[in-house]
Amino acid sequence: MDKTKIAIIGGGPAGLAAALAAYKQGIEDIIIFEREGILGGILNQCIHNGFGLHTFKEELTGPEYAHRYIEEISKTSIQVFLDTMVIDITTDRIVYAISPTKGFIQVQADAVILAMGCRERPRGALNIPGFRPAGIYSAGTAQRYVNMEGFMPGKEVVILGSGDIGLIMARRMTLEGAHVKMVCEILPYSGGLKRNIVQCLDDFNIPLKLSHTITKIHGKFRVEGVTVQHVDAQRNPIPGSEEFVSCDTVLLSVGLIPENELSRKAGVLIHPVTQGPRVNHRFETSIPGVFACGNVLHVHDLVDWVSEEAVHTGNAAATFVKGLVEDAKKVSILTQEGIRYTVPQSFSPSQMEKFLTVRFRVNEVYRDYYLNVYVNNERVLHQKKRILAPGEMETVLLLKQWFVDKESIDAVSISLSKE
Amino acid sequence: MSEVRHLTCIKCPIGCQLEVTLENGEVIQVKGNECIRGEQYAKVECVRPTRTLTSILPVTNGVEEMVSVKSSREIPKELLLEAMKLLRGLKVEAPIQIGDVILSNILNTGVDLIATKAVKRK
Amino acid sequence: MFDVLIIGGGVIGCSVANQLSQYQLKVGVIERSSDVCELTSKANSGIVHSGVDAKVGSKKAYFNLLGNKMMASFCKQYGVPFHQNGSLILCFSESDYPRLEILYRQGLENGVQGLRLLSKEEVLQLEPNLNPNLFAALHAPTGGIVDPFKLTLMQAEVAKTNGVEFFLNTTLLHLAKKDHYYQLETNLGVFQSKTVVNCAGIYADYWNNQVSNRKLSITPRKGEYCLFDKQVGNLVKHTVFQLPNEFGKGVVVTPTAEGNLLIGPTAYDIEDKEDIATTKEGIAYVVQKAKESIKEVPMSFVITAFAGLRATEKGGDFIIGEAEDSAGFFNAAGIESPGLTAAPAIGIHLANLISEKLKAPKKSNYIDHNNGIVDFDKASNEEKKALIDQNHEYGQIVCRCELITLAQIKEAIHRPLGATTLDAIKRRTRAGSGRCQGGFCAPRIVEILSKELKKDPREIAKFGDKSTFLIGLDKELE
Repeated sequence: MDKTKIAIIGGGPAGLAAALAAYKQGIEDIIIFEREGILGGILNQCIHNGFGLHTFKEELTGPEYAHRYIEEISKTSIQVFLDTMVIDITTDRIVYAISPTKGFIQVQADAVILAMGCRERPRGALNIPGFRPAGIYSAGTAQRYVNMEGFMPGKEVVILGSGDIGLIMARRMTLEGAHVKMVCEILPYSGGLKRNIVQCLDDFNIPLKLSHTITKIHGKFRVEGVTVQHVDAQRNPIPGSEEFVSCDTVLLSVGLIPENELSRKAGVLIHPVTQGPRVNHRFETSIPGVFACGNVLHVHDLVDWVSEEAVHTGNAAATFVKGLVEDAKKVSILTQEGIRYTVPQSFSPSQMEKFLTVRFRVNEVYRDYYLNVYVNNERVLHQKKRILAPGEMETVLLLKQWFVDKESIDAVSISLSKE
Repeated sequence: MSEVRHLTCIKCPIGCQLEVTLENGEVIQVKGNECIRGEQYAKVECVRPTRTLTSILPVTNGVEEMVSVKSSREIPKELLLEAMKLLRGLKVEAPIQIGDVILSNILNTGVDLIATKAVKRK
Repeated sequence: MFDVLIIGGGVIGCSVANQLSQYQLKVGVIERSSDVCELTSKANSGIVHSGVDAKVGSKKAYFNLLGNKMMASFCKQYGVPFHQNGSLILCFSESDYPRLEILYRQGLENGVQGLRLLSKEEVLQLEPNLNPNLFAALHAPTGGIVDPFKLTLMQAEVAKTNGVEFFLNTTLLHLAKKDHYYQLETNLGVFQSKTVVNCAGIYADYWNNQVSNRKLSITPRKGEYCLFDKQVGNLVKHTVFQLPNEFGKGVVVTPTAEGNLLIGPTAYDIEDKEDIATTKEGIAYVVQKAKESIKEVPMSFVITAFAGLRATEKGGDFIIGEAEDSAGFFNAAGIESPGLTAAPAIGIHLANLISEKLKAPKKSNYIDHNNGIVDFDKASNEEKKALIDQNHEYGQIVCRCELITLAQIKEAIHRPLGATTLDAIKRRTRAGSGRCQGGFCAPRIVEILSKELKKDPREIAKFGDKSTFLIGLDKELE
């Protein structure tokens, strides 16, 4: 059987950054498994700009951002298996993959980094009633047609979901000649970046209908229109508020789901809120030697944070294959009032460097609230936050000094409070 | 001629609601901003808003079908749709490097349209 | 002049065509959709009923039992996924128990084997995820689940291989009985045939009534379903029914032959024979009803919902056989549940009648099965390796949710009655039927269809010409 030190599943931004980081730590034997014919992952279809402000201090388009990593990787000994789909990973880190050129591949890896990204929630998951015509696309699929293949999936468009993908596609479709009639958002606020509201909707006079959803799709063979309805505070459609909007295309931007089928097959424990693997501060999953980063771990908004996270993961995997990891007591990070989840979910204070970056999301919009960190019931951080929103991934730094002089750390918790 | 405009600042997630007073097309007052970036943004956005244009063009003789492109700098917002019309029918010949100029001086802005992806020749 | 023309390419029409193709007869199938199995045959529970709930002495009971008995070997021969997982009919109160007993006795009378009445404890031991509110259940071990697409398709392919002609996208407009033959006017020309087999589903009454005075009346009865991710496909192992009511068998919770979880259907009459839209009320109803059988309905794992129309005839039973007052016109009308189960048996029955009437000898060169499309996902690692070594297109994944390869997609296009649309690919290969519902694979399948069929990608459709995906090129919409 073939062997490698680190097998990286996925050649998108997470996999690329993790590979380079591990390489820079001295690991030369690395394989990136990528199912497309090119590296770059989802960045290849993100032709808009806004990437790299933090990583490169420049504003780049998706392909340009990916290119920076691809260029660097081409100068290393990192192997890239393109057109190669991993179909199974075992608990003892054997990777099974298939490719038209290499056939059936079996590789024993010392460490595995999961970087498979995520998929989109389809119409079926929302149970929107109606026929099943052509013309219903998830925003990412439409993005592939428009940006990679040069085809317009429709002309008169209604978009459901005001997350960034929906907003970006509103602009793309408009620029390429379609008429985007409206973007509906079931919540009373948009999950997308303000910048995208301005540059994708306002710039083109596309109305954003908050607290609205699509309750029926019309058309048997091809979409002919949608019924749009106002919803109440419990997100239930308000009877009598139905409005028929004629269109030939519906784009759905209604949620991303980390792609963890392989992780589950390997026996990795999945966190119920993030839908990604549970990880410790080294981004190691419940299976020793199996690490995760990027959208497969939790859905990100900015690729820069994906890259940063992936660097930590790559470093950790490198340390692991060098045999330099020691056992240490694990402390869970508890989420309380207002906090939806954290990544990582646990850490070892004795293995901390100066600080540990913990990323989290809140479950609602909070204005002028305080972010608190408690160690053993003692509050060590009480930080005022002007605004916190579910659509923006936040960061809190756990400082090593909070743990240094404590006898035992039983619990660390993060919460929000009004005072 | 005095005019008051309302816009949302996009420089950070707070999204301050700005109230901008213009006199004869010049910004004379910005209210509602929490920091100087908001004031700077309002000044540009209200007088001469600019945007980066991004799109894609078909490739001939390349290993891929399409190449992504962008304006090398921001161009006036009101020229976006007109600039898109310029791209109609354009094809780009492979090989293409990132940064290759596809169209120079879009609509007399002094800004070029450049490739953002490398495409090898078939 | 045809010997036999079959109206309708659903599971019944294809079963009849398959059996008739053994004889030296010129047989044709007229189907208005772009593919076989595009209407009711693709939108049902996929259940092979045991036969307990068929009325004693009815044609439904007769053909159900026959079909059930032959299903395992039939599916093996034709390469159709089938599992005899057994059925459980749940009873929720002591006062309802007599109805369960009646069902039990009816099943015995119908000749159903292995029936047992189970106590609550016995049921919960078999199925721990059931609602503990239940009182008792009837266990019918001969119940099963089958892939309705393949049951139709594999038979259609064998029919075609043996010379049956399929006229797709062909709508029957006018049917007339002439002296010694029937004249069928369609949108694509006029056909003549000595005999006609009416397998027209919800329109079977219309065509029967053109030539026979024994009028039929078919009302479309809509059934809506919810399909769930394979991750919850083993929530129950048996097909779990509730006691039937006057509209039908009630809401079922069942694994499917491919490993998903399915709940449904509703059963309400509608007027519009083309209305296969799902409704908010319908979906809510099946979810609510399903909760009576299982403790929790895993709504976060829903992947899609769909609806089909049953061809419910006023008389409540199948109408199978030659019309008394219209010689040469054979009905297979009013085929609602247990139609899928009965299909192979109905096919054999009608083929016998027709071949005898036309005194047709059997073919000597009949090919009785074909090789199915290889199931790459289920192959062992060694088999996968061998497949890829043989044909490198098995190494290219197109549908990642169901692990379907380029080789399989291409095969689906080039087989007899090959796929020309995305839905047709889905029925033959499962590509697009997984948890992302084609989000990943649809653009790739459009490209493959376009290349293989030498069509512009803008002509590729979901099903039928009017359901194209791509409206134009970037920057060129006008």
